[in-house]
Amino acid sequence: MTAITATFEDFKLRAEAVGAQVEKVPNKSAALDFIAGVLLREGIADAPGARAVWAHCPAISSADREQLTARVPGIQFDVTRDNAAQAIAGISQMDWALADTGTVVQIADTVDQRLVSTLPALHIALVSTASILPNLPALLSRVDPRKTGYLAFITGPSRTADIERVLTIGVHGPARLVIVMVDELPSNKIAPEKTTSDKIASEKMAVSQ
Amino acid sequence: MNAEFKQSILDALNNPNLAGALGRFSEAYRTSRAKAYQGIDFESLRTEIAAVKSDAAGRFEELADMFQRNAEARGTKVFRTSDPHAVNQYILKLAMDRGVTSIVKSKSMASEEIHLNAHLEAAGIEVSETDLGEWIIQLAGQRPSHMVMPAIHMTKEEVADTFSDKVEDGQQPDIPQLVKFARNKLRPKFLAAEMGITGANIAVAETGSIVIITNEGNARLVTTLPKIHVAIVGLEKLIERFKDIAPILTALPRSATAQLLTSYVSIIGAPVPNTDGSPKELHIILMDNRRNEMSRDPRFKQALQCIRCASCLNVCPVFSLVGGHVFGKVYTGGIGTILTAWFDALKQSDEIQSLCIQCGACKDVCPGKIDIPDLVLELRRRLAVEQGQPLVQKAAFSIVNNRRAFHTVLRAASIAQKPFAKDGFIRHLPMFLTEMTEFRSLPSIASHPFRDVFKKIKQEVRPHATQPKPEKAAFFAGCLLDFAYPEMGEAVVQVLNKAGIEVVFPEGQTCCGAPARYSGAYEVASQNALDNIRALRADEVTYVVSACPTCTVGLQHDFVANLESTGHTDALPAARALAEKVVDFSTLVNSLVEQGRLKFKDGIAPQRFTYHDSCHLKRTLRAEQTPRKLMQQAGYELVEMQQADMCCGMGGSYTLKLPELSAPILERKLVHIEQAGVPLVLIDCPGCVMQIRGGLDKRGSTIKVELTAQRLAENFQ
Ligand code: SF4
Ligand code: SF4
Repeated sequence: MTAITATFEDFKLRAEAVGAQVEKVPNKSAALDFIAGVLLREGIADAPGARAVWAHCPAISSADREQLTARVPGIQFDVTRDNAAQAIAGISQMDWALADTGTVVQIADTVDQRLVSTLPALHIALVSTASILPNLPALLSRVDPRKTGYLAFITGPSRTADIERVLTIGVHGPARLVIVMVDELPSNKIAPEKTTSDKIASEKMAVSQ
Repeated sequence: MNAEFKQSILDALNNPNLAGALGRFSEAYRTSRAKAYQGIDFESLRTEIAAVKSDAAGRFEELADMFQRNAEARGTKVFRTSDPHAVNQYILKLAMDRGVTSIVKSKSMASEEIHLNAHLEAAGIEVSETDLGEWIIQLAGQRPSHMVMPAIHMTKEEVADTFSDKVEDGQQPDIPQLVKFARNKLRPKFLAAEMGITGANIAVAETGSIVIITNEGNARLVTTLPKIHVAIVGLEKLIERFKDIAPILTALPRSATAQLLTSYVSIIGAPVPNTDGSPKELHIILMDNRRNEMSRDPRFKQALQCIRCASCLNVCPVFSLVGGHVFGKVYTGGIGTILTAWFDALKQSDEIQSLCIQCGACKDVCPGKIDIPDLVLELRRRLAVEQGQPLVQKAAFSIVNNRRAFHTVLRAASIAQKPFAKDGFIRHLPMFLTEMTEFRSLPSIASHPFRDVFKKIKQEVRPHATQPKPEKAAFFAGCLLDFAYPEMGEAVVQVLNKAGIEVVFPEGQTCCGAPARYSGAYEVASQNALDNIRALRADEVTYVVSACPTCTVGLQHDFVANLESTGHTDALPAARALAEKVVDFSTLVNSLVEQGRLKFKDGIAPQRFTYHDSCHLKRTLRAEQTPRKLMQQAGYELVEMQQADMCCGMGGSYTLKLPELSAPILERKLVHIEQAGVPLVLIDCPGCVMQIRGGLDKRGSTIKVELTAQRLAENFQ
């Protein structure tokens, strides 16, 4: 237990140093309470330009979804290009966290995962405490790049220093990143399902054989 | 040097924004980079990167085959070509076939190398750069001046004006507002574009995947929203193994922007579904454009280890004064000069290669472990071979190499004060000794060179008890010490005598060859090497000592290199035997102190001093701590100046060829010296002494500048 806590402290330190907000909660229901609170404070409502988009999360059941929409009208679980472009917040579950850089990592082959974390100005990332890895090499040895189409690393909010080297947050991606670290969260798919492209490729191979 | 080029340097120097912004950046960068690398063994990290990249550069075609196989197996289309035009045509045809009318791009140096935008725009396709810096540059109709921060040369006022002119009236020079404006204006373009174009930072052959890093998040949008993604990848981005991403991703953000990791890293291995459920059309173009040819060049293969972090620009004393535009073209700075010579044409580097003062600051920080100054020299050499050595230069070197004649000429010039300065012939001599300059006073040329003074020195050699046998040192003077500062030579002899070493001065010694080598005249430099090897008779002495780091580097490293590159293989054993005996003065003194053969006097009055690092002493001989330590042992108190290892602007004949740059580089050094607030600067190189002493004198400063050897001589028992 102590080892994990130490790693979490490292992660938090690094993530906060690059401008992410890190919140640690004991379980899923505490996580959902926290997120609902953030969304309400952000003014999420069922009105144009005030909605949130929530990508598929392995840890979130359909009962959870119903509860959430009841508490925060304006959350959309059916993510499309258009509603993501209009949304002011996006929520997704990440697969890993890297302690030495404060990074969260996700197999983001399905497009909804990327839409909710690129287009809205606020991105809320759920991640399980157990998925904290010490560093990049530890991660690279765990993912199978032949089975992932799009592996996404996120470290802090979107930033630029292109004008007079002045650090400015929120250029094309989210200006705010909130990481919700959950101690007891059903962990993510470690072996990802086949991607569409893999299926296409294997079909093609079957044909050509 | 052509007038237009000189003018571009002057324009850059007169641009107040450039000098201020780049100077401040260069200072801040050093600190933040050091912080980002805390806890990391940079040497072993870059050794690992260099090995991975060098291995890949040795088999680009094999890795490209592997990449293609693996990427295609998953549905990616891979296009390979050696011809940059074919890349443009491929993308244009694809765009036409798919009815593409607008394209969003994230940063791709390779696309700039081949002028892709112009090609697509000529066909009526709208192309928008989306990296903020690149977008600003695109709107302003300029070229990027820095590989990582393309618009670093522009002020917020200029950015606001550009936005007002080209996009929407009324923009104010408020940075957060300008960034927001860019977000709002580019967002619809991301959503509308039918094609996204990116570069890649790494391409992994065994998995067929590419790695793209950004901070703004634009590459994530470019690779997510349009249905077609085209990535243009130079062959040098290939590595074999997936796990080797780790060292590159560890170094690149730290070196580029002093971050532990950039905000976003995307590793794309296959076409993923589009927002409408269709699979993305993913095209990866592996572009050669002379990279294969470069990999077969035994000298330049090394340059393919570059990971485009731009830290070499950030620490370059020249870049930090003039910025990138003076270098022209796409790639800037020292590495840019090398890439331009290859990706464009050798002759395109003719003038820009002369900007490099050979200080070596870049090679110390390069995560690809590239010896940039050495490669710039090699360009210089090849240019000299291609163009032939000018007659005047030939004649000039014949004077330099005749020590008596050289002294006579210098002395005459020194007395007359300026007669030769304008003479075309004299311009090719290392006439920094006599050139009239506005920014620096000159030393007077001694009436008797050291070689004559030496004969009158009465050596009192006291063999030391711990000394196994009598020892002899051959002293190599070098031109400055011989002709302008014989007293420095006397100090050297005095110290060595005290340690029980007899000093000999081989009469036949001549120029160390640095002026010829740094002009690309390797035949002359080789002749210098041969003459000196013969004269110094290394087999008859215990040590060959010099008090000039440039000469020491010449004797210890460059002789062998010069002889190798000019095919004098028969002389190599002797050159190597000489190199073994060569030692710089401070290192020798340090070991003599350690052996107990030299003892400091008791009761030395403590004095405060600051220390200037000579480029060759620090970056080639790696002995910069030794003189500091010796003086502290003597009881002196060291006050470090800011950027003690920043070049003083001397660089041999650089100060003569490019006084416009030498002067401001010196100026910056003088300010740092004055800020240290101590009465004494110690230096281990007579060239730096001349530059800094002359500069301080012009400013009417009372700060003393001395060769460390002179201070040491006074303080040993
Ligand atoms: S050696 Fe010095 S002057 Fe030359 S490119 Fe490197 S840093 Fe710049
Ligand atoms: S040459 Fe070295 S320091 Fe310069 S950009 Fe390339 S990797 Fe970075």
